Amino acid sequence: MAALTALTATELSERLGRGEVSAREVVDAHLDRIAATDGVVADGAVWATKPAGDLGDDEVHAFLHVTAGAARAHADDIDARRAAGEQLGALAGVPLALKDILTTRGAPTTCGSRMLEGWVPPYDATVTELLRDADVVVLGKTNMDEFAMGSSTENSAFGDTRNPWDLDRVPGGSSGGSAAAVAALQAPLSIGTDTGGSIRQPAALTGLVGVKPTYGTVSRRGLVAFASSLDQAGPFARTVEDAAQLLALIQRHDPRDSTSVPDTPPDLLAHLRDGVDGLRIGVVTELQGEGYEPGVEATFRATLERFERLGATIVEVSLPHAPYGLPAYYLIAPSECSSNLARFDGVRYGLRVDAPTAEEMNAATRAAGFGPEVKRRIMIGTHALSSGYYDAYYLQASKVRTLIARDFRAAFEQADVLVSPTSPSVAFGLGTKTADPIAMYLNDVATVPASLAGTPALSLPAGLAEAPDAPGTALPVGLQVMAPLLRDDLMFRVAWAFEQDRGFAAIPTGPRAVEGVA
Amino acid sequence: MSLSPDEVRHVARLARLALTDEEVTDLAPQLSAILGYAEQVSEVAADDVTPTVHPLAPSDVTRPDEPRPSLSRDDVLAGAPQVEQDRFAVPRIVAEEG
Amino acid sequence: MRDGWELTVGLEVHVELTTRTKMWCGCPTTFGDDPNTNVCEVCTGQPGSLPVANARAIRDATLLGLALNGTVAETCWFHRKNYFYPDLAKNYQISQYDVPLISDGHLDVEVDVAPGAGREGGADGGLETRRVRIERLHMEEDTGKSLHVGDTGRLHGADRSLIDYNRCGIPLLEIVSRPDIHDPETAQAYLRELQAIVRAVGVSDARMEEGSMRCDANVSVRRPGEELGTRTEIKNLNSVRSLGRAIAYEAERQIAVLEDGGEIVMQTRHWDESQGVTETLRVKESVTDYRYFPDPDLVAVVSRPEEVEAIRAGLPELPAATRARLTAAGVPAAQAATIVTGELVPWFDEAVAQGADAAAVANWVTGDLAGQLSAAGLSVQDSGVTGSHLAELIGLIDDGTLSTKLAKQVLEGLIEERGAKGPKEVAAERGLQQVSDEGELRAIVEQVVADNPGTVEDIRGGNTKAIGALVGQVMKATRGQADPRKTNELLRETIGA
Repeated sequence: MAALTALTATELSERLGRGEVSAREVVDAHLDRIAATDGVVADGAVWATKPAGDLGDDEVHAFLHVTAGAARAHADDIDARRAAGEQLGALAGVPLALKDILTTRGAPTTCGSRMLEGWVPPYDATVTELLRDADVVVLGKTNMDEFAMGSSTENSAFGDTRNPWDLDRVPGGSSGGSAAAVAALQAPLSIGTDTGGSIRQPAALTGLVGVKPTYGTVSRRGLVAFASSLDQAGPFARTVEDAAQLLALIQRHDPRDSTSVPDTPPDLLAHLRDGVDGLRIGVVTELQGEGYEPGVEATFRATLERFERLGATIVEVSLPHAPYGLPAYYLIAPSECSSNLARFDGVRYGLRVDAPTAEEMNAATRAAGFGPEVKRRIMIGTHALSSGYYDAYYLQASKVRTLIARDFRAAFEQADVLVSPTSPSVAFGLGTKTADPIAMYLNDVATVPASLAGTPALSLPAGLAEAPDAPGTALPVGLQVMAPLLRDDLMFRVAWAFEQDRGFAAIPTGPRAVEGVA
Repeated sequence: MSLSPDEVRHVARLARLALTDEEVTDLAPQLSAILGYAEQVSEVAADDVTPTVHPLAPSDVTRPDEPRPSLSRDDVLAGAPQVEQDRFAVPRIVAEEG
Repeated sequence: MRDGWELTVGLEVHVELTTRTKMWCGCPTTFGDDPNTNVCEVCTGQPGSLPVANARAIRDATLLGLALNGTVAETCWFHRKNYFYPDLAKNYQISQYDVPLISDGHLDVEVDVAPGAGREGGADGGLETRRVRIERLHMEEDTGKSLHVGDTGRLHGADRSLIDYNRCGIPLLEIVSRPDIHDPETAQAYLRELQAIVRAVGVSDARMEEGSMRCDANVSVRRPGEELGTRTEIKNLNSVRSLGRAIAYEAERQIAVLEDGGEIVMQTRHWDESQGVTETLRVKESVTDYRYFPDPDLVAVVSRPEEVEAIRAGLPELPAATRARLTAAGVPAAQAATIVTGELVPWFDEAVAQGADAAAVANWVTGDLAGQLSAAGLSVQDSGVTGSHLAELIGLIDDGTLSTKLAKQVLEGLIEERGAKGPKEVAAERGLQQVSDEGELRAIVEQVVADNPGTVEDIRGGNTKAIGALVGQVMKATRGQADPRKTNELLRETIGA
């Protein structure tokens, strides 16, 4: 029998349901795995935090806090209720890692920032509530780029997270900790958040399925806002079905989030296995070619051949305004962030740096609490909204957003789903892009258009490719599948068909891969 | 678009960020480069286009005027850096509001 | 206003709505609770929290906007107004910007252009109607309250401030007038009328002393025919009286500066009520950059015509209509205005419905009742005295049971009893009925005549005025309860004068 940590959520759920294993055993196996590969020893503690700067070279550092005590107590409770004959949910007893940007009452939520070091929220995010109500066991909170701003998790104030496929490379970001935790078999499932690609890009770089749902279908209440009009939480998993199971749990209308849409997308699982025969799959002209690594391009071409073999029709479609997506995104997201992050001022929670006046205290606190990338984006956003610039920057970008959404609508007349590479590159080396913000931003070039249009998009493993800087390497490449608004079910169906045919294992391999997964 | 160090300082004041001279020096070219990149949006003819905030544009989302339990004062004050007389304490306020 | 100068004033009025819960969360809006007890993650701006609009607040704002003759926007949005201040939990205020909920309203106010004239005779010749246009009414949220400690309790000189977020997020309306006001009296009339309308439609108690209604004035002066002068904004106007005084002071100050060859600087000034002066609060170096943008946490407010009409149909009688109704019923205009601004209309209507004469009711309400209540420090609503009580009281005067003087004593008793006993009961218990029984009164009169032969001689000798002294004796003997008319009659009869 394979180690419990190598099983998918669906497999674990079946064994738990049949009583072959207890929730406590499952949780303990994963906590052991975290201790072995993340360096966090959390015996008995309600929660434990790895001290920053205390990271070993072979540690993944996916977690910022491991809520071991609470996880064990929850598992014991689930086992007791199951033993008493209570009918439990589909994922009851399955462990999960939660991005440290979703609030958890009684456990820290730092957003990867010094600003919130030690902050314990007074309330649970709606996603946190839904997971607990479904008896999914939260193992802890995962590392991330500070306030979700970044594409490599190198912007965390608490140290880098490493890619389980190659510990000298980044896992992508901003949800790098949530991706690495699942790839390193520390958890079968995790939750990340995606603003411009922060779930899809790390999923691609760590060989996972990662989903950005239709904007407005997962509650943002308790998701610490980066860019409110773009932020969505979504799942990471090692299989398409696991991801669908998890998304189905959290995709609910929430009356406490005004932007939550009243419509619920069609059942994600009902037509999962229907195949792609007869579907039209659109290849987006603007999301390929220049800027994409040759290995990524080749892998992408191979996926198209596979889809054709499976009976789909490949059509070339255009999103004429997609090239303006990234520039528009880097005006809209910073603008919203400049306002969303104004509340971090040293008055009500988090860090305070003392100063003689309130104004100086605010400014000193913010200077000390925010890292360089967050400051850059606050500055860009403040400028873009300021008098005399608003029309040319924020307003113009919001209009471009409308045009991109129109492009998508037109493209979906010609194709049922759209596909592209998720990321222009495979995982890159730690520290190789940190000096050049724009080079880092270009990671999001293929993911940002769907974010701006609000359409659902996911990334799934397409294959392995060589990194241009390291001949002989084999690193994951992601395939992005985009569907019309509220047709999240359709992209799962396409992804499932591809996954079944290709049979990708999603288990890290390579000379610098995390230990003990094979 | 190129931002001068003085403009960087002006934006930092609006954003209430105490930047060091070194940060100002570093940020001026970085922000200029990012804005220069982002300015590509001006190439798009979009005069008659309605801006998008929410892709699905729901409207009239309200709640009934019915009280819900508030948080306890202890919960709300627990995270505060400084508390006095059950209130959030801040140093002397110099500027006038709004 | 000094000759050769013209004053221009625009008013910005903030009204706190009396909804049960805050604008964006379900916290109660109770006034005066312990600090930081009516707060949650939303109104203290905890990370991750999200606002959801209070349906009642939008309805109330629409109702008031319609009462102010405004147009309801078919679609409007909420914007964020970004500025840092410790009492603002998110460091932005959710407000409205380019499209307010209500635009293009107006208010007709009556201004007494000849104060003092027309009061007695009820001619009201001094009242003139003036229209003040309302540019917009928009929705926003209130801020928390700062307690400045370390010195005077005021901001200046404090060494730290303590923030209470109980008030943070209470729904607030901002009503902005056009600069259509050209004298302090019109400004005061506008504010008084606005307050009356707010109360009539029932969306706020609009108490300036408690801060549920606040007013800022933009004031400028110019020579007729010139462009509008540079304006200053006056804050801390805590009463209608302050508003009038502050505008008059500020106009004189600006004229003096200009006549001296000086310039008016765009600034915010603080009204000092005790000194009767405005003082510089801060000079606006440049327009504050609030970086407004549509709040991405909120969605559009759409007002469909049929919904607006349903709200309009629910509008109660507005103060102007009430005043017209009262004057038509015989109430002098000045008293009608007092009844409306004093929130005494339901009370008045109840008394009249019981059959009392409108003019008599108005007299009592604006005269003795108001006087006695104000002496007792009570509001009509708290006094327990009802319109029915007043109708009964007036009835007792009409049927001769009470003299006007006795009726005032009964009213005192009613107030002392907080309305627990009616006028008849109070009169009976306190022995305040008139002695009108002829036999009883005749006996007393005869005794008085017998006791005062000298005075009686005087009267018989033609000094009829001396009868007053005998009336006084009868009153003394009956402890004031004799019907004076009857007493007079009987005295004359007995003396044979």
